[in-house]
Amino acid sequence: MRKLKEFIIEKLILICGLASIFFVVLIFLFLLKEGLAVFSTVSPFKFLFGKNWYPISDPPQLGILPLILGSLLVTLGAAIISIPIGVGCAVYIAEVAPANLKEILKAGIELLAAIPSVVLGFIGMVTLVPFVKTFFHLPTGLTALSGSIMLAFMAMPTIVSIAEDALYSVPKTYKEGAFALGATHWQTIHRVMLPAASRGIVAAIMLGIGRVIGETMAVMMITGNAAVMPNSIFAPVRTLTATIAAEMGEAVVGSEHYFALFAIGIVLFIISFAINVTADLFLHKRQ
Amino acid sequence: MKNPHITQNIAFFFLFLATLLIVVPVGFIVFVIIQKGLPAIDWQFLSDIPRHGMRAGGIFPAIVGTVYLVTGTIIFALPIGLLAAIYLSEYSKENLLMRLIKLAIVNLAGVPSVVYGLFGLALFVIFFKFGASILSGSLTLGIMILPIIITTSREALESVPYSFREVSLSLGASKWQTIRNIVLPNAVPGILTGTILGLGRAAGETAPILFTVAAFYLPQLPSSIFDQAMALPYHLYVISTQVPNVDEKIRYGTAFVLLALVLIMNLVAIIIRYKFRKRKKW
Repeated sequence: MRKLKEFIIEKLILICGLASIFFVVLIFLFLLKEGLAVFSTVSPFKFLFGKNWYPISDPPQLGILPLILGSLLVTLGAAIISIPIGVGCAVYIAEVAPANLKEILKAGIELLAAIPSVVLGFIGMVTLVPFVKTFFHLPTGLTALSGSIMLAFMAMPTIVSIAEDALYSVPKTYKEGAFALGATHWQTIHRVMLPAASRGIVAAIMLGIGRVIGETMAVMMITGNAAVMPNSIFAPVRTLTATIAAEMGEAVVGSEHYFALFAIGIVLFIISFAINVTADLFLHKRQ
Repeated sequence: MKNPHITQNIAFFFLFLATLLIVVPVGFIVFVIIQKGLPAIDWQFLSDIPRHGMRAGGIFPAIVGTVYLVTGTIIFALPIGLLAAIYLSEYSKENLLMRLIKLAIVNLAGVPSVVYGLFGLALFVIFFKFGASILSGSLTLGIMILPIIITTSREALESVPYSFREVSLSLGASKWQTIRNIVLPNAVPGILTGTILGLGRAAGETAPILFTVAAFYLPQLPSSIFDQAMALPYHLYVISTQVPNVDEKIRYGTAFVLLALVLIMNLVAIIIRYKFRKRKKW
C-alpha cells in the first residue's frame, strides 16, 4: 500500500518536473494556432516589412515594420542608458562599496525590481513626461525618449544583479594575483575582473534587453502610441507589446486583426526565446 | 605617466555616480508615491466602491479582486512549482532532460508578460471556455510565476545538507519519507520566500490579466471563480490613461496601495530569508 502511494507521488513529481517544458511548448503552440491564420491573407514578408499598420481599415493593412522599429528604437535608447550605468553599479556594489553599504544598495536594487510596471508607468506619466516636454520644448512629452529612460530603469535591476553575480564568481586567486603584482584596485578591476566576468556581463546585458523588449504597461503609458514609422526619438512611437495590449480588447475574436495580434505575439516569443537561450549559453559554458 | 591612484579615484567616482543614478530615482519614486498617496488613504477609500465614473469613492472591488487573483494563483502554482523543484533537486540527474527543463524554466521566466496574456486568452478564455474570469486570470498568472517558485524552492531544497538525507535513508526511511520528513521541513523558509516573491509579482502584473480577467468597472464583487473582477494594477492603468479628469489624489492613492501591497510582500520575504540565514545550524 505504501509502495503504491509512493509510486503515485513519485510519478506526480516527475510530471510536475516536466511541467515547465510542457508550458513553454503549450504557449508556443497556442500562439501558432491563433496567429498563423493571418498568413492566409498577408504574406509573412509583407507582415514583417509592411510599412502600414491600419488593422481596422477595409481591407486591413497589417504591416508591423513601424511597430518593430518602434520597439527597436525604444530598446536601443534604453540599452544606451542602462548598460553603462547598470554595469558601473554592479562593479561598485561587487568591488568598491563597503560591506554595510553593499547590503543597502542591493536592497534598493531589489526594491526597484519589485515595483510593478504600471506604477512605474504612472510615475513616468506624471513626472518624466512633463519634464521631457518642457526640457526639449516638444509638443508632447509622450515620446520614444521618455520610454527609453523609463525602460532603462526596468532593465537595470536585471543587469546589476546578474553582472554582480558574475563578478562575484570570479575566483579570488585572480584578484590576489593581480594585487601581488602591484596592480591598484582599479587596474585589477578593469584588466582582470571585468575580462574574467565578461561572459556573465554579456548575459546580464542580454537579459536586461530581453526585459525591455517584453515590457508592456509602462511603455504603453508613456511612449504616445502612434503606430507610424518612427523618425525621431522626440516623437511618439508604438512598440510591439503595446500594440497587443492596446488593441486586443477591441479586436473581434477570429478577425484578421485578432490573428495579426497573435502573430505579433509569435514574433515576441521568438525574440525572447532567442535572447534567453543565447544568454543561457553565455552563462553556463565555462571556459 | 599618469598616476594610477588618481585614475582609480576618478574611476571609482564614476562607478559611485552610476550607482547614485539608480538608487536616487528609486528613492524619489517611492518618496513621491508615499508623500502624495498616503494623504488619500482613509477608511472610505479602502472600503468604498468607485463612484462618479471612478472619479470619487474608493477602490475596494479592485483590492478584493487582486486578493482573489493572488489566492487563485498560489493554489495553482505552489503545488506544481514545489513538486517540480523536488524533481529537480532530488530525482533528476545531470543529463539532457535536466538541461532541457532548466532551459524551459529560463524561457518561461523570459516570456513577455503580454504574451502570457495572449496565451491565457487563447487557452483558458477561448479554448477551455472559462471566459474572462478569475479562474482564467489565476491560471495565467500561475504559469507566469512558476519559474520564480521553482527556482527559489529548488535552491532551498538543495541547501539542505546531503548528510541529512543519508542519515534518514540509513535509518530505513524511503526516499519519499526522507523528502517529506527531513528535506521539506528544513526548506520551508526558502520555499516561503520564493512563494511570497512570486505572489508579489502576480499582484503587480497588468498585461497578463488585461484580456483574461480584468474588468474596467464592476459595481458588485465577484461571486464565483467564473466572474470577472477588477484588479489594482489594471485599475491604476484605467484611471491614469482611460478616464479623463480623475483627481490626482485618487490616482496616487491607488498607486500607493498597490506599491505598499507589493513592497510589504517583498519585505516579508526578505525578513524570512534573513532570519533563516541567521538561525541556520549547518
